[in-house]
Amino acid sequence: MTRNIIEVSDLSVAYAHNPVIWHINLAVKANSRTAVVGPNGAGKSTLIKSIMNLNKPLSGKVEINGKKPKHALKNIAYVPQKGEVNWDFPTTVLDVVLMGRYVHKGWFKRMNKADVAAAMDALSTMKMEAFKDRQISELSGGQRQRVFLARAICHDADFYIMDEPLQGIDITTEKLIIDTIKALQAKGKSFLVVHHNLDTVEEYFDHVIILNKSVIAQGTIEEAWKKENIDKAYDDRSVTT
Amino acid sequence: MIEVWFVLIVTALATSILGVFLVLKGLSMTTDAISHTILLGIVLAFFITQDLRSPWLIIGAGLIGLLTVYLIQVIINTRLIKQDAAIGIVFTALFALAIILVSRYADNVHLDLDVVLMGEVLFAPLNRIEIFGFSVPNALWQLSLLLVINCGFVALFYKELKLSTFDPTYAYIAGFSTTLIYYLLMTLVSITAVTAFDAVGSILVINFFVAPALTAYLLVKRLSHMIWVSFIFAFINSTLGYLAGDHLDVSMSGATSFVAFIVFMLVFLLNPKGFVSTKVKQHNQKKVFARAMILMLMNEDEHRTISRRGIQSHFNLDDKSFKKHIEHLLLNGYVEQNTDGYTLTRRGEEYTHYTRIKYELPAS
Ligand SMILES: Nc1ncnc2c1ncn2[C@@H]1O[C@H](COP(=O)(O)OP(=O)(O)OP(=O)(O)O)[C@@H](O)[C@H]1O
Ligand SMILES: [Mg+2]
Repeated sequence: MTRNIIEVSDLSVAYAHNPVIWHINLAVKANSRTAVVGPNGAGKSTLIKSIMNLNKPLSGKVEINGKKPKHALKNIAYVPQKGEVNWDFPTTVLDVVLMGRYVHKGWFKRMNKADVAAAMDALSTMKMEAFKDRQISELSGGQRQRVFLARAICHDADFYIMDEPLQGIDITTEKLIIDTIKALQAKGKSFLVVHHNLDTVEEYFDHVIILNKSVIAQGTIEEAWKKENIDKAYDDRSVTT
Repeated sequence: MIEVWFVLIVTALATSILGVFLVLKGLSMTTDAISHTILLGIVLAFFITQDLRSPWLIIGAGLIGLLTVYLIQVIINTRLIKQDAAIGIVFTALFALAIILVSRYADNVHLDLDVVLMGEVLFAPLNRIEIFGFSVPNALWQLSLLLVINCGFVALFYKELKLSTFDPTYAYIAGFSTTLIYYLLMTLVSITAVTAFDAVGSILVINFFVAPALTAYLLVKRLSHMIWVSFIFAFINSTLGYLAGDHLDVSMSGATSFVAFIVFMLVFLLNPKGFVSTKVKQHNQKKVFARAMILMLMNEDEHRTISRRGIQSHFNLDDKSFKKHIEHLLLNGYVEQNTDGYTLTRRGEEYTHYTRIKYELPAS
């Protein structure tokens, strides 16, 4: 029985009046590739933001590695959903990847040669070395996603949280990202990935959480990835999005 | 008079370095609000100390500046109204309170509202202090100190400012308090604005904060370059503003702000990625594309030949533009004229092939 890297109990979150996610109980296994799937507006982004302590829940508790999220955040490499950052910011690809090292530096300390080397390594893993001096506003959607992934790799955390990293990218980049995820898993890392394409869940992940306001099913692919669960999440007319 | 020039330059430099981050964070209008509401801080501090030169005036301004930012944030967080409306309501409320106090107790407050609002850099040298045995204008001394403080702040927190401006969520996860950096920045903005009041006034100080940074933004790819280029524009704007103000005998802060606008427009129109060059490029691109389309139409014909009428009706061309295009194509040897109209040459054939690849069109 493997250890849980995340445990969420009785979590409910509301933005205005109505709860967006409701009575969530879930566990993410260490060293797993866990997908979070569910229709638009199901609360997937909200769930992972709550796990990272980015919004205040109505009720419930989140533990990361047995600690409060606040104290475990530095060990999370987060890949945000597209468009969550300021793409017109005047900075280069290498600079963004280097930001992955900031977490190891603390206040005031500057980047050094070793940091730049780590960033270049991460860029080459994502096959983006040629773009290192490119301004980020001049990248395509898929290239942006690769840069974010390179930043996460450069961060060198034990746990990766990604919000739809495969959204709107071509098959080559998709393969590259999934292969990288699998390679990192082999090195002992864990993944929680919001995923949209139902056809590839089995191929890309080993665990799944099906979400629509509350958890419909969770567990290994064999346990949870069943037609009745998927139908329940996607056909429920009572849930308006 | 040279001292007046110095005061203008130092003001422009001290404000523009903060302006870089204000522009990137989308805080221009918040800054405008602060530069007005801090008047309330000055007035309140004056009531307590009864001394117009007391450092408490600056502290009061700083506190009200923070209050302004905080109130705006609280209102935005309710999600009931948008940022611009939140700024508008807080800005006017606090500023109005200051105006009420000044007008009610005008007799006791020797605060010249005109100078506060409009600024008068020409008066700056009148108010002097001794520093290391030299007599310098008070404003020059204070603003130089602030320039050093602001530069020190940016140098010290460079990495944190960059990350929290580009990606606040990641900054939070990496353990840097974006809130702390934000409020530190806004405190410096308030203090710098109040110090710059005498020289440039509260109405135009926003221009000193953001115009150089905005102009630099059009030209650079990196944050560090943006800071240096902003400094250059701050220097140019204030120097030209000084000269114009001197020659035409008009307000120097007004002249500087107006120069800043002209410089911005010039850069906006003329820079390599700017309005004019983009339009020129688009225009040329259109012509190139139109000619390629004519060649492709011929290429699709089995005899590689189309009559003049055929081309004109297919592309809806008037006589004038048809002539222009066809002359260009004849000159380049892509087509030749004959009794049936125009025929694609071997060279034109090759060009068509190349164009299909370039625009990723399927081969015919
Ligand atoms: N900041 C916010 N303020 C108010 N409501 C929000 C906010 N963010 C999300 N919501 C609402 O909460 C619900 C869940 O949103 P969330 O972004 O978590 O969905 P999601 O599952 O990630 O959807 P998608 O697949 O479209 O990314 C939606 O109905 C959305 O409108
Ligand atoms: Mg989402």
